[in-house]
Amino acid sequence: MENITVLIVDDSSVMRKIVERSLRQAGLEIGRVLEASNGLEALAVLNQQKVNLVLCDINMPAMDGLEFVKQLPSVENAKGVPVVMITTEGSESHVVQALSAGARGYIRKPFTADQVKEHILPVLAGNL
Amino acid sequence: MNISRSETDAASRREYWAPLLELSAQEVFGLMLGEHLEAAAEPAPENTLDVTSMVELAGSLCGLLTLRCSSNSAALMATKMLGADGAGAKSQMEDAVGEVCNMVAGNFKNKISGIGEGCKLSVPTVITGSNYSLCALANDYTMSINLLFHGSHIVISLQLN
Repeated sequence: MENITVLIVDDSSVMRKIVERSLRQAGLEIGRVLEASNGLEALAVLNQQKVNLVLCDINMPAMDGLEFVKQLPSVENAKGVPVVMITTEGSESHVVQALSAGARGYIRKPFTADQVKEHILPVLAGNL
Repeated sequence: MNISRSETDAASRREYWAPLLELSAQEVFGLMLGEHLEAAAEPAPENTLDVTSMVELAGSLCGLLTLRCSSNSAALMATKMLGADGAGAKSQMEDAVGEVCNMVAGNFKNKISGIGEGCKLSVPTVITGSNYSLCALANDYTMSINLLFHGSHIVISLQLN
């Protein structure tokens, strides 16, 4: 998949930049990168624009990542768009909650560009 | 890091928490900043630690994890995290040090088998300035590790209720 549009959702602007850089270091062909600082902002972005992939933190103010994933099916533009969680919440219960809510993948912070690639490529290929 | 069963059992014991906390910090600085932290031989001069980031823990592990450093160290963390976008890092130092503290807390609780599972983290809070005192109520366990980042002290503390 070439020149994909990615939405990065994290309350830390520094972390949003790191995630974007990791995607590029991983060799993914990124076209546009959209940003949101919480789940509510992310839903607003997705109501206006189509994206190919969402990368989302869990612990955020206003609306956390788990609630965002649950509400995603209500957004017409976002139907079928894969969400991968990128978070410090690495416990098994959080992974289960996220995957049950509809996330397709889970990356624990801290991470490497290789780990990002390893988790994102199968998701983009539709294998997860 | 892969942890064997005996290491997993040991990881739930508090005497192993200081090395686990240091390992957690080393992994965060290594993977996200490309930096290695050194052990500090001397205690940190209190008046140099003017940036404090804190993350609350709730649930099976209840308390506060803090990371204290100088504003120069915080700005350097932002520069390292932003890489080529390091311009303007000074204005992002609170964001950067908050996220580092958050990752250290998350990484640490994920290493404590059986205890970290039921523990949730708050979003980080960052305080600048050094003329304050911090008191965690019902504090019954405290540990601190003292590390050097580019020659400047970083103190990471865990206070549990």
